[in-house]
Amino acid sequence: MSSVDMGMQILIVDDYKTMLRIIRNLLKQLGFNNVDEATDGSAALQKLRDKEYHLVISDWNMEPMSGMQLLTEVRADTKLKDLPFIMITAESKTENVIAAKQAGVSNYIVKPFNAATLKTKLAAVLGNF
Amino acid sequence: MADAAVKEKIAEQLQELQKAEGSVNPADLVGIVESVIDSMEGDLTAVGLKVYADIEALARYINTARAEIADLRPDDINSEHLPAATDELTAIVGSTEQATHTIFEAVENIETLTEKMEPEIAEQVSAAVTSIFEACGFQDITGQRITKVVTALQQIESKVDALLQAFGDDIKVDGDSKASTKKKTAPSGAPARPDEDLLNGPQLPENAISQDDIDALFG
Repeated sequence: MSSVDMGMQILIVDDYKTMLRIIRNLLKQLGFNNVDEATDGSAALQKLRDKEYHLVISDWNMEPMSGMQLLTEVRADTKLKDLPFIMITAESKTENVIAAKQAGVSNYIVKPFNAATLKTKLAAVLGNF
Repeated sequence: MADAAVKEKIAEQLQELQKAEGSVNPADLVGIVESVIDSMEGDLTAVGLKVYADIEALARYINTARAEIADLRPDDINSEHLPAATDELTAIVGSTEQATHTIFEAVENIETLTEKMEPEIAEQVSAAVTSIFEACGFQDITGQRITKVVTALQQIESKVDALLQAFGDDIKVDGDSKASTKKKTAPSGAPARPDEDLLNGPQLPENAISQDDIDALFG
């Protein structure tokens, strides 16, 4: 039996509507239906402070607030600091991954990605489902 | 060394330079060198002559570079070509995004229908739908790559602008006179096509009319 609450609130953050729609659909196929969207870090941060979420899946390269800035803000916030945070980004240099890890990212997916990778990383962060 | 001897020496050097590079009017450069000579005091030495030769070579180099840059029509590059390229690339991002969302609409409809399918078939269709979603990630990646190209073009635009500022209006005037000649004939030398001004497609969305508008024109 799955230990993961499939009704959990998930916030996905990306400045490309295409990617938001891809992630939303892939999450839906995996059984996660409570998904909200934001198009940059500042909008996401506002949503995170207004409503309780259980997972953030964020792009890195966004304006005005990047995914990394969002991650830093989340980890610095006493109420949000333990929130699982997955980065999905085209930034695929080692130094990027290291920097994200040092900032406290829960997992890191490089674009382009597939559904199997997303499922694996979700399981790694949330537990098997 | 007497002035006459110096001038003769410089004239010889200029003739040699003209043979080597062509296109520069030696009389202009003699004037430059003479003015340098006039500003000097005392006898010329071999070192002095070398310096003068270097100065006139520099003057010639600058004139040639200026003419070549004017020939490139940097004002056109900045006011026309680079903005047009940027607009086209931005339009590509918009078009691929629109097409991708059309694909999404269709695929989401198909996925809804899987509820009415036999489980085995539904599973296969669902897997195919997943593959389509994954493949549509190309739009995000290409969009980001094109955005990087647009940024690079904007940087080039600012560099060309700085070049135009440095050379002033003269470079535009030089370019205008040459370009106006070029526009009158095709590269082959034949007259330009009479419909040349109409050949600008495909149009950017904001400059285009819809098929409905076109149909309406036909009544």
